[in-house]
Amino acid sequence: MSFGLPPVLAYALRRLLQAVPVIILIMVATFLLLKLAPGDTVDALVGDMGGADAAYIARMRAEYGLDQPVWVQLWRYMAKLATFDLGWSFVYEQPVSVVLMDRLGTTLMLMAASLSLAFTLGIALGAIAARKAYSLTDNLISTLGLVFYATPSFFLSLLFIYLFSVKLGWLPVGGIKTIAGFYTGWDHVVDVALHLIMPTAALSLIYLSFYMRLMRATVLEVADLDFVRTARAKGAGEFRLMIHHIMRNALLPVITLLGLQFSTVLGGSVVVETIFTLPGLGQLASQSVVQRDMNTLMGIIFLCSIIVVVVNFLTDVLYARLDSRIELA
Amino acid sequence: MKRHLRPLGLALAAAGALAAPAVKAQTEEVKKGGTAIIQMKGEQRILNPALRASTGVYYITGKIIEPLIDLSYDGYVPVLATEWSSSEDGLHITLKLREGVNWHDGEPFTCDDVSFTAMNMWKELLNYSSSLQAALESVDCPDPHTAVFNYSKPMPLQLFVAAMPDLGHPVPKHLYEGTDIMQNPHNTAPVGTGPFKFVEYERGQYVIAERNDDYWRGEEYPYLDRIVWRFIEDPSAAAAAIEAGEVHESGFIGISLADIARLSDDDRFDVGTKGYENNVAHSTIEFNHRNPILADLKVRQAMYHGLDIDYAIETIMRGFAKPGRGLIPSAGGVNYTDDVTTYDYDPELAKQMLDEAGYPVKDDGFRFKLRHRPAPWGEYTQLWSEYFKQAMAEIDIDVELLQNDAPGFLTGVYRDHDFDTANGWHQFRSDPAVSTTVWLRSGQPAGSPWTNQFGWQDDEVDQLIDDAASELDPAKRAEMYHELQKQSMDKLPVIFAIEHPFISVTSKVLKNHHNTPRWNSSSWYDLWIDQ
Repeated sequence: MSFGLPPVLAYALRRLLQAVPVIILIMVATFLLLKLAPGDTVDALVGDMGGADAAYIARMRAEYGLDQPVWVQLWRYMAKLATFDLGWSFVYEQPVSVVLMDRLGTTLMLMAASLSLAFTLGIALGAIAARKAYSLTDNLISTLGLVFYATPSFFLSLLFIYLFSVKLGWLPVGGIKTIAGFYTGWDHVVDVALHLIMPTAALSLIYLSFYMRLMRATVLEVADLDFVRTARAKGAGEFRLMIHHIMRNALLPVITLLGLQFSTVLGGSVVVETIFTLPGLGQLASQSVVQRDMNTLMGIIFLCSIIVVVVNFLTDVLYARLDSRIELA
Repeated sequence: MKRHLRPLGLALAAAGALAAPAVKAQTEEVKKGGTAIIQMKGEQRILNPALRASTGVYYITGKIIEPLIDLSYDGYVPVLATEWSSSEDGLHITLKLREGVNWHDGEPFTCDDVSFTAMNMWKELLNYSSSLQAALESVDCPDPHTAVFNYSKPMPLQLFVAAMPDLGHPVPKHLYEGTDIMQNPHNTAPVGTGPFKFVEYERGQYVIAERNDDYWRGEEYPYLDRIVWRFIEDPSAAAAAIEAGEVHESGFIGISLADIARLSDDDRFDVGTKGYENNVAHSTIEFNHRNPILADLKVRQAMYHGLDIDYAIETIMRGFAKPGRGLIPSAGGVNYTDDVTTYDYDPELAKQMLDEAGYPVKDDGFRFKLRHRPAPWGEYTQLWSEYFKQAMAEIDIDVELLQNDAPGFLTGVYRDHDFDTANGWHQFRSDPAVSTTVWLRSGQPAGSPWTNQFGWQDDEVDQLIDDAASELDPAKRAEMYHELQKQSMDKLPVIFAIEHPFISVTSKVLKNHHNTPRWNSSSWYDLWIDQ
């Protein structure tokens, strides 16, 4: 049923309705899984403080509602979530929505930079490797891809820090900006960009290798298909052939991978943000697990679920735009 | 007649033996201005020392919010309190407060602030302090600069004074009164009387404080313009930041011990334990006495003989430590004694004692198996647990390590008692009655970490702990603690195996650093930077 809406909107509405139960399921399952872990926020806070007496601990637990049965806590949480109230972070002593919004920008910036770099360089190198298949260039690119694929991001991060910060002194070790630098305008933009170079490179290289290898394989496959041969017979130039015929078709699986990988890049950002002390959602998620900051962690998962649903929807729309055989039904 | 107790000399020279190469006395001309950048491994989130008693909190707030009394190498020194005395019966402690001191928002500091903080935070909400101040009934203010603490049972002045550097930070009444204290915004944007004023707390990144031009010590102080605390969790990244010159100090063992050892040989840094004499901790082996095997004293003594403490100090702590001598560390000053039973490393004797205790080696090659929980408090607690497993294997005890994160450890050991042995560390806080004797006192409610959750009870020890906590004569009190320390080594409810202060790596551009026994928690009013 489209209710007379344009196909894209009708499709969006249907996807949204499908996403609601999925997100509810994710939230309930996550809540229960987190409750299975030993200890709670108060245990973590008391650990941070170096100890506390029993009366203090009991008072904190009552104040945070942690003395209630799990199902009561779950019901209260889900009821609040239904009104988009993500609750209060007892670790940060702020509303969870404020804590998340503080961090979202950094993570989105890191992800956008990393995925853009990985995607554009990956497909370009993949296409070049395919067009020069089995040559020295192809071997060089493929070997590099294997190295990137096999190198963990934490190792790359530390390697970059050692080389570019400690030894060469070119780039800052971490953080998102120069603290107490008080830069404004373009100086601020350049400062942030400098701080993002190493984390972006460390996070993107492994994904770059995915795109490159997939692009190489699909370009090789598409280049052998009849319609390419026909186009070439009709006199299409190699460049036009590559851009309009081969790459357009070869990109379809790569774009599918891009959508799928959005969530894994979010996961990868945990390590990179921690090493480079970037104040993003990944670092926050890691700290929230250790701190048993349930509300913040649930908020991150809620936000990420929504981001993944939206990105998958956009991927589908893009897919349909690139391949006219696909309809958004 | 009143008892006066200032200055209270501490036998800190003994603690000084732990110190790494002493920082040279500074004779250069002081340079004013500049920014000191400090690495912190963990983010503290709450920046109110009247709500959170933690060295991590003081590391930041010590520069912004001052205590009534601080500790120097010469003993306890006045800060916001200038004099202290006690009534003969120990029920009233009187403090004279410093005049002419303003909060950072310009309001004057008075007794009302002390009274409000003591009754509403120290007594009600501050960890460790709520037990210490349980008998506090009121704080009277006969004039704006006199505070009288009234107790329902005797409070030794020695204990009160020793607790103040950590548990005696007043906060401004006019910003807290009538608010929900736990959710007051000043808990993360502190207002104090200290040499530095809070500027900004960027979550996950940094805290900035800048010079207080109205500081009560005079216009000359502080020397620095600004202090920045950067949160760098990853130890390797933190070490890189120090090497790259982006950070001037990493305290409380904020980087790996391997990097600490490496940077010890780098001329650009001072590396050592000086300035932590008041912040020592014990690395422990904790027993669950509900396990009948471990309830046998002979087994625990045998296990102590199976531990090569000197080896562990050299290989794990890189020499920055010394063997523990029971409940109270040497930083305990007059309350400490080393005249106690010790347990030399002797695996053959350990095996013989285990045989005698009725635990011979069985067919599987072991005498018995222990489930061991290591505390995840950093690299050396993990290494200490691995050494423990290895050492126990040498005397034919099978140890299974149960890895857990912080809440998992605290729950597993101190609430659910789901362990046979555990290891961690516990920090000494100036006086044994503040947070140390709870390790042995029975009757601790389940779930209270770093207390006797071990199923161990001894009437004589309980009585000694209670008597010492309210004994007004410092000499008699010291005798009681010496006896307690002896009993802790004889009865071995817990092995206080290694006594270690923390370690700092400090860039030599910082001057006047680590010049008090709790330097990282102190105000840094005289710290300057040679740049």
